[in-house]
Amino acid sequence: MTQHLPVLQVVIPLVLAPLCVLVRHPRAAWALAALGSLCAFGIALDIVSTVLASGPLSYDVGDWAPPWGIEYRIDAVNAWILVIVSLVSTAVVFFARASVEREVEASRVALFYAAYLLCLSGLLGIAATGDVFNVFVFLEISSLSAYALIALGQDRRALAAAFRYLIMGSVGATFIVIGIGLMYATTGTLNMADLADRLPGVWHVRTIKVAYGFLAVGCFLKLALFPLHLWLPNAYTFAPSAVTAFMAATATKVAVYMLLRFFFTIFGAAFSFDVMNLDMVLMPLAVAAIFSMSFVAILQTNVKRLLAYSSVAQIGYMILGISFASVTGLTAAVLHLFNHALMKGALFMALGCVAYRIGSVHIDAMAGLGKRMPATMAAFVVGGLSLVGVPLTVGFVSKWYLILAALERGWWPLAVIVLITSVMALAYVWRVIEAAYFREFPGDRETREAPAALLVPTWALVVLNVYFGIDATRTVGVAERAAEILMGAAP
Amino acid sequence: MSWAQSAFPWIGHVVANYNYWIVIVLMMTGFYVLISRGNLIKKLVGLNVFQTSVFLMYITMGKITGGTAPILGSHGEPVPGVLYSNPLPHVLILTAIVVGVATTSVGLALAVRIKEAYGTVEEDEINALDAEADS
Repeated sequence: MTQHLPVLQVVIPLVLAPLCVLVRHPRAAWALAALGSLCAFGIALDIVSTVLASGPLSYDVGDWAPPWGIEYRIDAVNAWILVIVSLVSTAVVFFARASVEREVEASRVALFYAAYLLCLSGLLGIAATGDVFNVFVFLEISSLSAYALIALGQDRRALAAAFRYLIMGSVGATFIVIGIGLMYATTGTLNMADLADRLPGVWHVRTIKVAYGFLAVGCFLKLALFPLHLWLPNAYTFAPSAVTAFMAATATKVAVYMLLRFFFTIFGAAFSFDVMNLDMVLMPLAVAAIFSMSFVAILQTNVKRLLAYSSVAQIGYMILGISFASVTGLTAAVLHLFNHALMKGALFMALGCVAYRIGSVHIDAMAGLGKRMPATMAAFVVGGLSLVGVPLTVGFVSKWYLILAALERGWWPLAVIVLITSVMALAYVWRVIEAAYFREFPGDRETREAPAALLVPTWALVVLNVYFGIDATRTVGVAERAAEILMGAAP
Repeated sequence: MSWAQSAFPWIGHVVANYNYWIVIVLMMTGFYVLISRGNLIKKLVGLNVFQTSVFLMYITMGKITGGTAPILGSHGEPVPGVLYSNPLPHVLILTAIVVGVATTSVGLALAVRIKEAYGTVEEDEINALDAEADS
């Protein structure tokens, strides 16, 4: 039984999804989604402890030996991604029960959870698999269900946003298939470990360089790297609250993981940085993303959109960490994957509580909410401080490692940029805090605190924000191990 | 044709790889339609053409001249003297075709809902309606 865990955590949500459609009852469908998320989370925790104790796991799907069969290969890097995705999914699914009942028509709730489980299964699949074509298949499973989830938003603009995401996402995925096809044409294999063995022999072939370019652009589209982020702000703004919290904390993170896998494990750091000069592409884009998107975030009046732009800026920090091409830089990037999932998950869930009570997440509508919804706004404040990078929160740990990596390289201007943009983050978080705590509540509306069903999952993530901000030894340990594996310094 | 080949040496190269040239032409056509058209249905058509070019690319690389389907002899051994084509790219692209059909159907479903909600499937009109709602 235990040897099947790597595949079970992908298969369980996949099998539960059609069951949701069959049962049709909203609560029963929710129970199935919660079961799927909890199973995935439990398995991910088990896998990560196994992997950290005794090295990478390999699983042959259908007992076909790699490199011909599909192999699921889990090392410290993707075990960590599995934990991130399933942890956030578990928190969101408990949050979703009340939130989705409010925001999605009753007749569509069962379908919502079916799409949610498919999306979860796709994201876990991308992380678990060791076969590049399988990555594409799971990518499309997660993306197609994500388009459907976003389109369930109440505003009609959710439909237009989902359509735009569909077009850009499909182009990104097709670019990735082209890249995979060109790699296969040159090497004759789809297994990641096998590709990593064979690619150094064909580095000089132009086809491989073209494949690299297609994969890069495809991944950039999927992870919403500036200036290919245009699908993201509207999709996050108009999706149902639970979907935004889930997508913001997982989908782009898994795309970053895909980029790390392709460029570090398969092509290798030496090819990426010495031959293709990946850092020369990533660093300017990352800096542009951090600056421009933090600035745009300051100007927003819809808080969900504000946080969406902030997400694009935060992705910039991860890419900046990757562009340092050092173990410390990658540690910062992998650490920020986890930390950003925690903070954005908590923030978007807090906004979900606000939307549940007052039906709007406009900054003016949130005036005076600090008194009316103290627990919700306190969660927002802690999440916001974490986003800024205040000590004792996870945001500080990520920024600390990012600055260390910049200084290690002697690139102090980049360290200064990280500090300046943290102040910009403070500016946009402050606008919300100012409205919530220093303005009068506009009068007679009976607004109460959000129900416990929403607050408990939100605060669970908030507590993790603080816990891993104070005791970061475990997260940093895993991130360092993952960074060493990616740089090829450890098996 | 020999005069043509000596005058334009690239012609032979183009003719020998004409499948790949068709792939490139289709890919760029689809991509152009996808970017330049404002009608959501036309965008989906462009996306389909774009994806189809990739199907052709995979199918082309799995085919070798004179190659046949990889059916083994009665005892599971390769038949001597028979040249086999690699079936894997074709199988992969079957999966990709399914994905393409799914993408198209989700896209068309969204287009129907957009038509119901906005009364149009033209991108500029949708943007204008959204801008009105914002102001």
